[in-house]
Amino acid sequence: MGALSIQGIHKTFNQTTHILKGIDLEIDAGEFLILVGPSGCGKSTLLNMIAGLDHPTSGNILIGDRDVTHLPSKDRDIAMVFQSYALYPNMSVAQNIAFGLEIRKVPKAEREAAVQRVAAMLQIGHLLERKPGQLSGGQRQRVAMGRALARDPKLFLFDEPLSNLDAKLRVEMRAEIKQLHQRTKTTTVYVTHDQVEAMTLGDRIAVMKDGLVQQFGTPAEIYTRPANRFVAEFIGSPAMNMVDVQCNAQGVCAHGIDLHLADTQRAAAAKHSANDLVYGLRPEAISFSDQGMPGQLSMIEPTGPETYATVDTAVGKLTARVPGVLHARVGETVHLQWSADQAHLFDRTSGVRVG
Amino acid sequence: MNRLNLHRLLLWGILLLFALWFLAPLYVMVVTSLKDADQVRSGNLLSLPTAPTLSSWSKAWSTACTGVECNGLQPFFWNSVLMVVPAVLVSTLLGSINGYVLSKWKFRGSETLFAFMLFGVFMPMQVVLLPMSQVLGWLGIASSVWGLMAVHIVAGIPSTTLFFRNYYVGLPDELIKAAQLDGASFWQIFWRIVMPLSTPILVVTLIWQFTNIWNDFLYGVVFSGADSKPITVGLNNLANTSSSVKEYNVDMAAALIAALPTLFVYVVAGKYFVRGLTAGAVKG
Repeated sequence: MGALSIQGIHKTFNQTTHILKGIDLEIDAGEFLILVGPSGCGKSTLLNMIAGLDHPTSGNILIGDRDVTHLPSKDRDIAMVFQSYALYPNMSVAQNIAFGLEIRKVPKAEREAAVQRVAAMLQIGHLLERKPGQLSGGQRQRVAMGRALARDPKLFLFDEPLSNLDAKLRVEMRAEIKQLHQRTKTTTVYVTHDQVEAMTLGDRIAVMKDGLVQQFGTPAEIYTRPANRFVAEFIGSPAMNMVDVQCNAQGVCAHGIDLHLADTQRAAAAKHSANDLVYGLRPEAISFSDQGMPGQLSMIEPTGPETYATVDTAVGKLTARVPGVLHARVGETVHLQWSADQAHLFDRTSGVRVG
Repeated sequence: MNRLNLHRLLLWGILLLFALWFLAPLYVMVVTSLKDADQVRSGNLLSLPTAPTLSSWSKAWSTACTGVECNGLQPFFWNSVLMVVPAVLVSTLLGSINGYVLSKWKFRGSETLFAFMLFGVFMPMQVVLLPMSQVLGWLGIASSVWGLMAVHIVAGIPSTTLFFRNYYVGLPDELIKAAQLDGASFWQIFWRIVMPLSTPILVVTLIWQFTNIWNDFLYGVVFSGADSKPITVGLNNLANTSSSVKEYNVDMAAALIAALPTLFVYVVAGKYFVRGLTAGAVKG
């Protein structure tokens, strides 16, 4: 039995609008679960259900081995960090952190000890007497985490906690959340629409779309073996190159050009009923060489440590991601090469992974 | 630069003129109330009192006749205080609870309920006179201070609810959710989180309700009993009690006594009133 299990969760509004269409997830104690997906995929609704702020139409939610589906939030032993931080503006930082304990009638001395412990952990000791209105975005974020930490909950919930911060602070706080989790080992559910946050923070990632989990796995599994075309395109930046292909005797071809496949993929493609497939290639799988697929360099985007190059080829635009600086000019003819086992094959109509 | 100064001058001139225009009645009331009977009879409406005296004030307060009795406005004043204070507090509290529920604990039909309550804001007072006296009769509180208080509370709830509901809509929902997760109950959230954030709208509502109920004449004259008439009714009786000579100085003093509490509230809390009306959502 996992630390959190979500069993067959459905959510329907007015009998016609299906927000969640059967979600099953289970994680072990101490794991960091990411719910990621585009807006409207149902990830926040699912988090609210775990928090007890929303209720499923059917299905069960278990924390530890306790069925909490119908328990109110306060009896679930959870804490949540909100996107807007939701600090109580009328209370000082210390009062904010201690509020949950106070409501639960924890003695004053113990409350103060908890505030000190949390303040030391998050380095907010000097802010304890301030009101939330006097804090910067990053400080508010820290206090919000402190409030959640104070009660030492069994389950930690984060609802897009970094999306209100600027880019630099976001990276810093991301690292801090990761370190915090490494130290406290509290089971965590974290909702985000940012695939970088998903990849960097998660032990397990559930990629969601249209109220369904598209894939549930470790970051490595999700990245190296995406279960379908949506996951493949959603995770990774720049996005995976997708080329429409047809099966033939040798493997697959696009616009009359044969594309390489590994043996296992060729076997899988041959067994697959449909002929129309999609051939996917991560940008970093492609490299420049003296021979291979010819194409014309149409755009160069240097980022510093690496360069994204867009090349017009006979099979369509391909984006390559190469380390360092690319010594080439737009308009030049270049050759692209990749190894066949780096390719991903998806069914064109269903999007499901073929090999 | 010159043109700008001219504009300034014109602007100030017009504003001053308007200020004088609006303050003129108050001026006439104050100076008349300080004149003795001779000067009132002989004098110019705008002239300053030659021998200022507070005798009309003390007469209006304690000995002027309001019908058969001659105890001045004093008993009416205390009737009003006793009735207005609880009515204001209760209608404001109920409005804030209603607003809290209608904005943060929405239920099926809560929007419709709110729409119906809004109806109460725009309903003319006269419409409820007969049904209300019927209801007060059934409840056994007709012609008493309790009945008048109950009428003012019920009549005030739509507007207090509207004020608080619209203010609370601006409070982030996540605040309520966070408090729920912290284990706070419906009432704990209300008293510990929502109420402390309500100061601006609380001041607005208190002033609004105080002014409305203190100045009300219609409900006061219809629903009060013989010994619970509010000050507006007292003032009316005082001014309409005929004696040989019309004592304008006493009438003015009485009117000023009746108006002083609301004036006082505006002066003390006026800046909060304007601030509260324009305050947006709480940042935090």
